[in-house]
Amino acid sequence: MSVLVIAEHDHNSIKPVTLNVVTAARKIDADVHVLIVGTDCSGAAEAASRIHGITKVLKCDAPELSHRLAENLAPIIVEAAANYSHIMAPASTFGKNVMPRAAALLDTQQISDIIAVHDADTFDRPVYAGNAVATVKSSDEKKLITVRGTAFDAVANDGGNSPIEDIASKGDAGLSSFVKQELSESDRPELTAAKIVVSGGRGVGSAENFALIEKLADKLGAAVGASRAAVDAGYVPNDYQVGQTGKVVAPDLYIAVGISGAIQHLAGMRGSKTIVAINKDEEAPIFGIADYGLVADLFDVVPELESKL
Amino acid sequence: MKVLVPVKRAIDYNVKVRVKSDESGVEQTNVKMSMNPFDEIAIEEATKLKEAGQVTEIVAVTIGPDKAQETIRTAMAIGADRGIHVQTDAPTDIGGVEPLAVAKTLKAIVEKENPDFIIMGKQSIDDDSNQTGQMLAALLGWAQGTFASELKIDGDKATVTREIDGGLETLELKMPAIITTDLRLNEPRYVKLPDIMKAKKKQLDTMTPDELGVDYTPRLEVVKVAEPAERVGGGKVADIDELIDKLKNEAKVI
Repeated sequence: MSVLVIAEHDHNSIKPVTLNVVTAARKIDADVHVLIVGTDCSGAAEAASRIHGITKVLKCDAPELSHRLAENLAPIIVEAAANYSHIMAPASTFGKNVMPRAAALLDTQQISDIIAVHDADTFDRPVYAGNAVATVKSSDEKKLITVRGTAFDAVANDGGNSPIEDIASKGDAGLSSFVKQELSESDRPELTAAKIVVSGGRGVGSAENFALIEKLADKLGAAVGASRAAVDAGYVPNDYQVGQTGKVVAPDLYIAVGISGAIQHLAGMRGSKTIVAINKDEEAPIFGIADYGLVADLFDVVPELESKL
Repeated sequence: MKVLVPVKRAIDYNVKVRVKSDESGVEQTNVKMSMNPFDEIAIEEATKLKEAGQVTEIVAVTIGPDKAQETIRTAMAIGADRGIHVQTDAPTDIGGVEPLAVAKTLKAIVEKENPDFIIMGKQSIDDDSNQTGQMLAALLGWAQGTFASELKIDGDKATVTREIDGGLETLELKMPAIITTDLRLNEPRYVKLPDIMKAKKKQLDTMTPDELGVDYTPRLEVVKVAEPAERVGGGKVADIDELIDKLKNEAKVI
C-alpha cells in the first residue's frame, strides 16, 4: 500500500522538511503521496506536485484549515488513512501536535521522531534525549510516524509533475480557534535547514554581546542558534534553542561559541557533520565531540574569525 | 474547577543513562528517579491556579510500580489534594506501557473523576514520544493546547500561548481542554519539609489497569536499545588561522 506524507507548508510554498520526510517515505514504498491541508493552498499544492519522486498530491482546501488546528486536521488524516499503510509527518511542532491526535483516533501507537527505516515495520528512534537509540517493530495495521528531518536527505523540489486531487474537509470541530501568532522575523536561513549554524551559550554573557554571534553568522550565511542557558538567561528568543527540548539540527558546520555542552544541548546538534567549539574552559564537555576545538576567549577570537573569513 | 494532573516517575534528568549490555533497555537499577520535569511544571501550574482561586481541587495520577507513589507524594507536596496510582510492573519507559495505553487509562479515570481540564507534561524525558496529551484529547474529543508557555483560564475558555517552530502562537480553547506544558510555562517551586510531611497524610487510591479495562500489551516490539553512534571528537586547533585552514582544506565546509 502507498505512503501518505503530511506536508508542512505556509499555504503558498512547501517547507523544506517535507522533502526529507519524502525520502524516509520512499524507503518504505515507491508510491508516495503528499497531503496539503490549508486555506487557499493551491500554491503549496502546485509546489508539492513538482517534488521529485512522488506520485500524487491530495489537496484539502477549506477556510477552517488556515491555522492547522489539530482538532480540524486530525479527522482529515483519519479519513485519508483508509488508503494508506503508512502516514508520515515531520517531527516539527506541527507534526508533533497533530499526528498523535490522528493516531489515537485510528487506535494506532504512533512511532515518534524516527531516524532510520529498516523495513516497512521497523524503525530506529532516539530515546533518553538521544543517549540511546531504540529499534522498534510495529504490529499495528497502519503506521503513523513522525520523522526527524535532519536524519534523512532531502529529495529535489523540482522535476516532478504529479496530479493534484481535491479531498473534502471534515468541517470545523468548534473546539479551538486561532488568536494570534508572533514569529521571529529574520533574513537568515531557517535553523533546522541551514548548512551552517553558529550558536552562542551562557559564555556570550548578554543579549548585546549576541551581536558577535550574529555578525559571524551573517558573514557565513549561517543560522543563529543558542543553548538553553542562553535562552533562559534572556539573551535570545526561545525559538533559537538547539537541544533536546528545542530544535534538533544537523548542518554541515556547527560552531558552538561559549557553550559548555550539556547533554541536552549535545542531543540537539551531535548529528552535525563538522563541529567547532570555542570556549575558554578547556574542560568543557563540548570539546569531547568537537572536531576542531579552540580554547580561547570568545571575545578575542570570534571577531578575529569574522574578520579573517 | 477540578483539574487532573498526570505525573510520571522517570530517570532523573541529571543522570547519564547507560544502555544495558544485552541491549534490552536502559539500566534502571540503583539509578536516581524523579518526577518527569515537564510534569513538575504541570503540577506547579495547577497549584498556581488553585492559589489564584481558579481551581478548587487538584488530582494527581500516576501509572507505574509501587515506587511511583513517591512521585504522587511529591505532587502532593507541591499542591495536589489527592492521588490515584494505577499499579503496574510493566516498564514505563520503553517496551511496556505505551502512550496510547496511558491515554486510554487516563480516559477511564477522567470518566470517573470528571475534571474540568487537564494539565500534563508535553513529553516524558525517557521515551521522548510527545504523544499522550494529544492522544487523550482525541479519545475524549476535547480541545488541545500543546507546548504551552502561558495559560489563562476564563470560565469555559482557556487561552494558551504555544511554543511553535519560529515563534509563539496563541489559541483559544473551549473547555474542557487538555494543556501540555513546555519549559517556560513556570519555574516549579522548591518543596518544603512541612509540605512533604503534610503530603503523607493526603488520600491516595490505588487501582489496576484491569479494573479500568485497559490492556497494556505493547504495540511496538523493542528489537534492541543501543548506544548512539560514537562521535570522534577532541581535536584541537591552536588559533583562528589554523581553524580557518582546517575548515577550508580538511573539512571543506567553508
